[in-house]
Amino acid sequence: MPDKNEDALGHQLNDVHDDGIDRRGFLKCMAWAGTGLIWTVSGGIPVSRAFASSMPRRAGTGGDFSFVQISDSHMGFNKPANPDVAATLEAAVHKINGLARQPEFLLHTGDISHLSRPEEFDNVDQILKGLGGKHVFFVPGEHDVLDDDGKSYLERYGKSAKGSGWYSFDQRGVHFIGLVNVMNLKAGGLGSLGQEQLKWMGDDVKSLSSSTPIVVFAHIPLWSVYPEWGWGTDDSAQALANLKKFGSVTVLNGHIHQTMQKVEGNVTFHTAMSTAFPQPKPGTADSPGPLKVPSEQLRSVLGITDVRYVQGHHSLAIVDSTLE
Amino acid sequence: MPRGSVWVAGLATPVLMAMLLVPARSSITANTEQSAAATAEVTIDNFSFRPQTLTVAVGTTVTWTNRDDIPHTVVSDDAVFKSKARDTNEKFSYTFDKAGTYPYHCSLHPKMTGQVVVH
Repeated sequence: MPDKNEDALGHQLNDVHDDGIDRRGFLKCMAWAGTGLIWTVSGGIPVSRAFASSMPRRAGTGGDFSFVQISDSHMGFNKPANPDVAATLEAAVHKINGLARQPEFLLHTGDISHLSRPEEFDNVDQILKGLGGKHVFFVPGEHDVLDDDGKSYLERYGKSAKGSGWYSFDQRGVHFIGLVNVMNLKAGGLGSLGQEQLKWMGDDVKSLSSSTPIVVFAHIPLWSVYPEWGWGTDDSAQALANLKKFGSVTVLNGHIHQTMQKVEGNVTFHTAMSTAFPQPKPGTADSPGPLKVPSEQLRSVLGITDVRYVQGHHSLAIVDSTLE
Repeated sequence: MPRGSVWVAGLATPVLMAMLLVPARSSITANTEQSAAATAEVTIDNFSFRPQTLTVAVGTTVTWTNRDDIPHTVVSDDAVFKSKARDTNEKFSYTFDKAGTYPYHCSLHPKMTGQVVVH
């Protein structure tokens, strides 16, 4: 590797070697792992490496942990793109329970329900009980706040949250911020956070050290994926300005029912697959409506996102796995 | 009217029903303009309102029908009307009693916009 990149890349390369995976091993593991791919991000530079459940644990990894993001379960949806979204959510739970490194908790990045109906939320809660008591942190999607300005969502999921459901928490030195960008959307606009939430966010991170790893999660992407389809958030730049001082920021979103990743400075943006149905790639269809794939292929376009934090490295490894 | 309705409903052919119902409706709105009972349709399809601009006469009842697999709403930008979320094939109607331009959008997918021009 070129010496001039040593400072920037040496750390990650060491990581790769520590895991005993050289290029040949990497390719081998890729064949084994299928869609599994880890993006290790440190100092803003992503390094991909193989994901394999046999990856050795580090010595002294007391602070290491992982969590799983699921998204867009759309309970209640019953159209041809997936007539049984309960079954695919159950498959996601099964997938999570089978992970070699068990997550400490889950994030659900919204569109829990399709039509905000109590029985839809009940059904999701029931299925997620299959996770053996793991806590699930939620943020709402636009489908969860239909018709009542999010009142029933807040009663169920946001009792200790602020405003329309935003909050933060800490886990082993990582600071998590759940944001709401699906309320009070303006004609012609994109997702919106609003001034009250942005101010709260600024205050929330003010006292944190710049070395604190930050994870932000919200439903609609906080980066401009495809504004023509509303896949972005109007005031996301202000949210990111609040996080400027931090060396490691990971932004996890849903809404677009497919994985996408972008790295901008110290910020890694990542979107998760849905557990319900896929949506077309930007601009490849007349609209972002549900994409019908042959039923035998459905589970290859649905999935979960496994995120791992390794203490002392400020790096988060993001692994997408399909439900197959 | 109830007696007439029963009689009309008892007729077998839709053509006859249509012929008889039209005069019956006119008789209810005896002294009003014919346009007062006018209706117009907007279809929601592929995340767009069609037609995007609808021009109607005062008194027209506009009905939006969602043909997408995803729910949408019909919400006036100026808070004149607001539908609940409309799932596939569900409808929302509003009668425009005053002239003017009424821009609206889907509050779930605000890139979806349209307007009704009433004169």
